[in-house]
Amino acid sequence: MGKVLMKGNEAIGSAAIRAGCRYFFGYPITPQNEVPEYMSRHLPEVGGVFVQAESEIAAINMVYGAAGAGGRVMTSSSSPGIALKQEGISYLAGARLPCVIVNVMRGGPGLGGIQPAQSDYFQATRGGGNGDYRIIVEAPSTLQEAVDLMQESFDLADRYRIPVMLLCDGMIGQMMEPVELREADRRPPVEKPWATVGTGGKRKPNIITSLYLNPAELEELNLLLAAQYREITERETRVESIGLEGARVVVAAYGTTARIVREAVDLCTAKGIPVGLIRPITLWPYPYAEFDKIGKDCLGVLCVEMSMGQMLDDVKIAANGRWPVHFYGRTGGVVPDPRDIAREIEVIAGRRPV
Amino acid sequence: MKVIYDKSPGLTDSALHYCPGCTHGIIHKLIAEALVDLDVLGSAIGVAPVGCSVFAYQYFNCDMQEAAHGRAPAVATGIKRVHPEAAVFTYQGDGDLAAIGTAEVVHAAVRGEKITTIFVNNAIYGMTGGQMAPTTLVGQKATTAPFGRTEALHGKPLRVSELLATVDGAKFVERVSLHDPAHVRRAGRAIREAFECQIRGEGFSFVEVLSTCPTNWGLTPAEALHWLEENMIPYYSLGKFRTPEGGSKND
Amino acid sequence: MTEKVIIAGFGGQGVMLSGMLLAQAGLLRKREVTWLPSYGPEMRGGTANCHVTVSSRPIASPVILAPDCAIVMNLPSFDKYERQVVPGGLFLVNSSLVTKRSGRKDFRVVPVPVNELAQELGNAKTANMVMLGAYAGVSGALDRELFIKALEVIGGKKDHLLIDANVRAFDCGMEYVTGGYCGEIGA
Repeated sequence: MGKVLMKGNEAIGSAAIRAGCRYFFGYPITPQNEVPEYMSRHLPEVGGVFVQAESEIAAINMVYGAAGAGGRVMTSSSSPGIALKQEGISYLAGARLPCVIVNVMRGGPGLGGIQPAQSDYFQATRGGGNGDYRIIVEAPSTLQEAVDLMQESFDLADRYRIPVMLLCDGMIGQMMEPVELREADRRPPVEKPWATVGTGGKRKPNIITSLYLNPAELEELNLLLAAQYREITERETRVESIGLEGARVVVAAYGTTARIVREAVDLCTAKGIPVGLIRPITLWPYPYAEFDKIGKDCLGVLCVEMSMGQMLDDVKIAANGRWPVHFYGRTGGVVPDPRDIAREIEVIAGRRPV
Repeated sequence: MKVIYDKSPGLTDSALHYCPGCTHGIIHKLIAEALVDLDVLGSAIGVAPVGCSVFAYQYFNCDMQEAAHGRAPAVATGIKRVHPEAAVFTYQGDGDLAAIGTAEVVHAAVRGEKITTIFVNNAIYGMTGGQMAPTTLVGQKATTAPFGRTEALHGKPLRVSELLATVDGAKFVERVSLHDPAHVRRAGRAIREAFECQIRGEGFSFVEVLSTCPTNWGLTPAEALHWLEENMIPYYSLGKFRTPEGGSKND
Repeated sequence: MTEKVIIAGFGGQGVMLSGMLLAQAGLLRKREVTWLPSYGPEMRGGTANCHVTVSSRPIASPVILAPDCAIVMNLPSFDKYERQVVPGGLFLVNSSLVTKRSGRKDFRVVPVPVNELAQELGNAKTANMVMLGAYAGVSGALDRELFIKALEVIGGKKDHLLIDANVRAFDCGMEYVTGGYCGEIGA
């Protein structure tokens, strides 16, 4: 298939349907409205179901019901709406249900604004809901990557029976870029013998629950989840990195910010400063090990985000005291200027006074 | 020896955990019998609430999901949309359905979701230990209304059946009581009719069951049944509030 | 080779569509493209803008801070983008609504009375296409045939009347800036 010019939110919707998503439950919120709009128009064409819920809370619980019933299901929202969904995400994790959640982030806290932001990193990777759980978090930096990750998200969700979040910022949702969409997924649906589909009188009832009042049983669930999280960490960590070997400065950034950082890197390269880039594609599991590839000439690591420093915590864990870790962030919907980032890099590289 | 009465195959062999005199067991039995009578046990998928009946999924002999507090109608919506042929029901108490989950049940009704909701109204939060419910009667004491519910401070209790009867998508709405055997039989018929309404694809169906909580009411089981009859029924009148043929309130 | 264009105006002036056509035309000649809109309340009657980058290599940031060209359809956009255009760049101004002159001498200002020109063509709504034609004429960065193909991709091929009206407007804008314009409206 050739490349088509698509808006991010619509490309995400189209990719989801191609990935076999047949159930969508959502609630309007800017800047992700084109996702439910797209799904309401196109899901019926493939025999799927779109329901506009009465709230984000209801939507995520519809996702819970549909996932528990064996459906390939997703929801999408933006920051404050994702905050409302946290209850359901915790239950989905506890009941080990596969689903995909798209967060097209906007600035916060509270009602915040509607311009792009990356201030839900903690919410996504540290678990906004209660309990000892993780979800897989993927952060595309181009529309093509968003489309490709959509298929992977559904597959990972089914493989590990885990919620997967596609964490985008408002720019990914709103911008247009050429994308090459995949052929529709024609593989047979994944077997889900645990799903509630009716016993047919032929087997014992299946039960979907996250309730374990016996501490020993609940600990057993948590140990099972922890083992699974280790497996996911080993097998599903994704990262892109450039020029780490000879870098004087290494920048860590994800999503759209990583694209802006590339411009800053170009500006510095033109001035003869070798700059490396680590771009996590999965935010959980986080690619800590990638930082081990940083060469001996590195003077410091710079974390750049559209927040006041959230991924920064993971960068510090990854650096583990080996290099000073610096931070540059813009927030509230303000997009960083590559010239400002380049200036920070020059300071770290000792080319410019502090 | 001839068996003249047996446990419904719609229930599992798990022993119920409910307090002596609690009416949850009766309601479980009535639902199980309806599913078996209508021959839908094998296609049934139930949704258990948060509250005393949180373990309902251990008792019904069909596939079950456990919902977050109040969200059962949303969970049931998700299930029913994936399996339109299944007999999907929610089992919810008054704190779950009439407080934290009010939006979910109202909008499931608005959409005319083809599910059946069994609403157990015992005018109190049972599992958490007797706190005031949205259905607690004026004058009734609760651990969070130690001097009794007052209209000035708390407002009057919510009549959910009457509320849902105003929603066009709700095709069957009836309030029943369990205070004597005749009314238990009437309740069984209502639950069966509600499932029939779902199976015929007519829309949302709802049965409110007036129930007792001897433990938290501080009464014996027999006293509790009398208390229900004398105090709850005058405020929560029994009858059909809506039927597929057209709304009518009579019994 | 990278061309960065910002198109800005009131909501309803069609600046988003103009940008999409520019991006689509870029894609048709196998360039990398990005189109980044402003969104939210400003789309609904306030000031709207979009950033369009067309490049022969992968595009890093879709955000344009120093455009090679700014197309401004109203006064607030003139004031916002006048200083951002790179030296030697291009500044296309809707002179039907903006009478202000730029103080900068280091870039090329092209005033085009797009509202009057569109009205003269009988379709006031095509002012944005007149401007796009002017941009094509001045910059040489947008081919007429590709513009028509882009219109067909985005608007659908069926609506011939609409396509014809838009192409006429595009031609009018192009002729106005390249000296082929024979009408009565002066700069």
